[in-house]
Amino acid sequence: MPPYTTVIGLEAHVQLLTASKLFCGCATKFGAPPNTQTCPICIGMPGVLPVMNRKAFDLGLKAAVALNCKIAAFTKWDRKNYYYPDLPKGYQISQYDLPFSSEGFLEISDPKGRFETKRVGIIRVHLEEDAGKSMHDEQAGTADSKVDLNRAGVPLLEIVSKPDMRSPLEARAYLTELKLLLTYLGVSDCNMQEGSLRVDANINLHVPAPQEKGGKIATPIVEVKNMNSFRSVERALAHEAERQFEEFQRTGQRLGQVPKQTRGWDDTKDATYAQRHKEESSDYRYFPEPDLVPVAVTEAEVESVRRALRELPAQMRSRLAKTYGITAYDAEVIVNQAQPFVDFYVDLAARCGDGKLAANWVLQDVLKVLNERGIAIDKYPVSTERLAALLARVKSGDVDTGRGREVLQLMLDQGQSADEAIAQLGIAKVDAGELRKLCEELVAANPKLVADVKGGKLQAAGAFIGQAKRKNPNVDPNRVKEVCLELIQALP
Amino acid sequence: MALSRDDVLKVSLLGRLSLTEAEQQRMTEQLGGIVDYVAQLSELDTKDVEPMAHAIEMTNVFRDDAVRESLPRQDALANAPHTDGEFYLVPAVLGE
Repeated sequence: MPPYTTVIGLEAHVQLLTASKLFCGCATKFGAPPNTQTCPICIGMPGVLPVMNRKAFDLGLKAAVALNCKIAAFTKWDRKNYYYPDLPKGYQISQYDLPFSSEGFLEISDPKGRFETKRVGIIRVHLEEDAGKSMHDEQAGTADSKVDLNRAGVPLLEIVSKPDMRSPLEARAYLTELKLLLTYLGVSDCNMQEGSLRVDANINLHVPAPQEKGGKIATPIVEVKNMNSFRSVERALAHEAERQFEEFQRTGQRLGQVPKQTRGWDDTKDATYAQRHKEESSDYRYFPEPDLVPVAVTEAEVESVRRALRELPAQMRSRLAKTYGITAYDAEVIVNQAQPFVDFYVDLAARCGDGKLAANWVLQDVLKVLNERGIAIDKYPVSTERLAALLARVKSGDVDTGRGREVLQLMLDQGQSADEAIAQLGIAKVDAGELRKLCEELVAANPKLVADVKGGKLQAAGAFIGQAKRKNPNVDPNRVKEVCLELIQALP
Repeated sequence: MALSRDDVLKVSLLGRLSLTEAEQQRMTEQLGGIVDYVAQLSELDTKDVEPMAHAIEMTNVFRDDAVRESLPRQDALANAPHTDGEFYLVPAVLGE
């Protein structure tokens, strides 16, 4: 354990799943040729009038309700003024003092004590527009930077957490749960590679100091940026905590003694580096956006959003665990794969009538293929109907798990049904008498192995399985081992 | 409440404007005049007046989430001082 407590708050920006931008009708499609999705409104021409996208506001409301936020009865937008080449208007339309929601929370599975929930507070969720993208070609040296304004004006939800996380692992768990929630709700696809989920972190340390008021010293808060995967968030924060502790030991600097610093994360160097000092928020010279009228939301509207909310991931986990008798861990892994995977599992469990068996196969065999081939569940070649037919044969004992895997492989490779694959592999159930006879032969033919087992080396019995399989590939390995041990034990 | 030259310098820095001595002087006077003009409002007693979020009493103006045609790229880029036909070109932006 490090000699300090790490304190982390996260600020996430997620792109909302709308077809058009927040204040104009330009498309939000990712990957379009540069500067082909812009119009006078989003590139800041004079005399234009932004009008709020209803769907963007509704998606924001849905997310905020799901995050247990209080919804403001009255909300407005403000201009955040700063000068940057990717911000054509010279200001961003954002929300300052009257965000549409605040004071919520998200429950995460505490990575320390698995499955104990921990509540991370949400300070506010607000709706704002994105800026464009500027790119600099390093190789071109001092050449110009290129600006693409396709992204300018795309709706973003800013979700600011309280500094409630106490480790990089918790920060990652929070992001995982947030992403899951928002993708389940259809609010955002949260694709980090495409920039539809971006994360900044605020981090500092509480170093125990019994002589101080409060018993601790807080180090200066650092904002960490440029983290482009959940893994880099975790790594960046771990490195930053170590760096801050080292700096604290060297300089003794405390919170409030130096201006807030911004540091970028360099994935290849595995380190954070200093960026500009953060401007004071008054430097943004916020003022109410005169081109947009405020939005009023009634309690009845909030209530109807709440009622229309679908089952959230946390509820789904406990329902799956209860309905299908699977472990909390299995339920978490299934739900964390996103909705289509859950549908696949539920369908399979219903068809084969055994939730645990279905969970075992889905989590081991199906998931393995998805990972190996880099595909999603909708591209999995075997239907739930066919897989259920195989599981029925496994459940009835016709096919053991090991041979079942061979069957599934054939189904995957050649598109056969379970019955066809079983027939092709020549799998036939070995009856108990036949199995016993085979085991008796093996025991008689292997005096050395028998002596080893007798001498206490029980694991030596494993060698019988290979021999039995060569004689008859259909034998159930576990049964072979059991029967052989039984026979050996019965020997004088 | 006269505007000081430091105020003007700060605002010009935030606006990335580089002003000559003479311009600073002129801006301090002119902007100061504007600020003083607006400052007359503070002579009013607003103790019992509720703050307004907007000048017109209207709320909830929305549009449907429908895609409309964007500008042809050449038109979008037409006013830019520098482009390469695809992107706006601006002086190098390094780091953040």
